[in-house]
Amino acid sequence: MTVTQANFTAAMLDPSAAVPKGLQTPSGDIASKRFNVYRNNVAVSLSDALETAFPVIRRLVGDTFFRAMAGVYLRQHPPTSPLMMFYGEDMPAFLAGFEPARSLPYLPDIARIELGLRRAYHAADARPADGQVLGALAPDALMNTRLRIAPAVQTLTSDFPIYSIYRANTAADAPKPVMQAEAVLITRAGFDPDIHLINAAGATCVTALADGQSLGVAIDTAGETLNLAGVLNLLLSQGAVTDIY
Amino acid sequence: MGTNSLYPFTKRGQTMLDSARLSSLPPRPGAGYKPQHYSDIMADPDPVGWLEIHAENYMGDGGRPIAQLRHLAERFPISVHGVGLSIGGEGDLDPEHLARLKHLVGWLNPASFSEHLAWSTHDAHFFNDLLPLPYNPATLHRVASHIDQVQDVLGRQMLLENPSSYLAFADSTMSETDFLRELVTRTGCGLLLDVNNVFVSATNLKTSPKTYIDDFPLEAVGEIHLGGHDEDEDETGAPLLIDSHGKAVVDPVWALLDYTLAKSGPKPLLIEWDNDVPAWPVLADETRRAGRALSLVTA
Ligand SMILES: [Fe+2]
Repeated sequence: MTVTQANFTAAMLDPSAAVPKGLQTPSGDIASKRFNVYRNNVAVSLSDALETAFPVIRRLVGDTFFRAMAGVYLRQHPPTSPLMMFYGEDMPAFLAGFEPARSLPYLPDIARIELGLRRAYHAADARPADGQVLGALAPDALMNTRLRIAPAVQTLTSDFPIYSIYRANTAADAPKPVMQAEAVLITRAGFDPDIHLINAAGATCVTALADGQSLGVAIDTAGETLNLAGVLNLLLSQGAVTDIY
Repeated sequence: MGTNSLYPFTKRGQTMLDSARLSSLPPRPGAGYKPQHYSDIMADPDPVGWLEIHAENYMGDGGRPIAQLRHLAERFPISVHGVGLSIGGEGDLDPEHLARLKHLVGWLNPASFSEHLAWSTHDAHFFNDLLPLPYNPATLHRVASHIDQVQDVLGRQMLLENPSSYLAFADSTMSETDFLRELVTRTGCGLLLDVNNVFVSATNLKTSPKTYIDDFPLEAVGEIHLGGHDEDEDETGAPLLIDSHGKAVVDPVWALLDYTLAKSGPKPLLIEWDNDVPAWPVLADETRRAGRALSLVTA
């Protein structure tokens, strides 16, 4: 009998399903344990890919929890592309609705950081602009200037101390997180992405600049809590500005 | 530019095989490239004559992977080995993925492009594994049309790799070797012969690996793979070998390689080690052993 790829896939993803008839051992018996090789290969390879993608989530929830959660995730959200380096795009939304993780409400935002770092790692290369140009501009001209932002650059805002939590789980000497809202800027100077602490106004400013707004508009949009010098220094020192025009 | 980047057969029914065009990889040992070996390989490439990469790992927009690949390609012939096209799939090939492949093959101009006789995508979901298909006239027609499409889009000949089998299909009506030979005839593709897969499949399906090699269209082989496998048993206690690419090649597979090379002559010979990847000296030793096997045969 014919085993369609739909039959094969459904049985492969459901360990309790019967092995499709038509898949045989050499002696013509139903190939139960042999079919389990595929079940196992798929579950292990997707679970491994998620471990690679979300090392900090794994640290926060522990190995056992992570493996169990990955088993649920990979069946609800199998990859939709062969580019495994981007597998896990649905993890933030999944975690937000995953009942057993409810006591850790910051997990979705940490997952967003980890996805952002991977996107930055594979983002297009960009040549940094010379920041000296900005200093030479008169105030009016400066406000009308636009900054082109490198493809690797991303911002994230959160109600939780996501920068502090991320650092506490990746750096030996990081301080203990304090409950507060934090925002992060992801950059990639060279080949290795990095994250930096900014505030929500800083994130708004960078987003406006990346959207092609002038510096003046970006400053207005960001509001009074913007630390303009801090944000500009960070962007320029991290090679995050590729053109000033 | 050489003629080797253009596959020679564009129409069905052309059966002449020009073995010089099967790939322009040298008949030397190669290694599956892992980024952790970058510095070692660049410092001392011996005994590696060429490198193989997995296409999907180099489909980002930029960053370190692409930069490393550019540097490697300046020093080594590169084989691009795809794991995500799902050539054996019931559905159409993913046009976006084909376009990404065309882009990669376009800028890199690799010495060879290969994919698998398997499927990995169904209903827009990708399962990251090489899944099996039955061999009969309907699947032959489907796989041949997918290979035609790939070769047309890429503008070059591709090599198709024989899979590791764990089970048999009741509705297979052709042997794997007949199926592959017919694909070569219909599409003008070449073949990538994985000798470890032959050993794994023959053990699991209780057939003879040497008979498989005897029946294989060796004149169409543009590359040979060697890798390690895991050993298990099925519920009846019969051996169940699993293609894991996670350890050294076992002696019976080296012996099967010698048997193959004696019939085929020297071929580009790759060591695949994708899981539990060892330090470079271990992989280099394995590659050296492949070099010794090649030195025993003459062209
Ligand atoms: Fe292989």
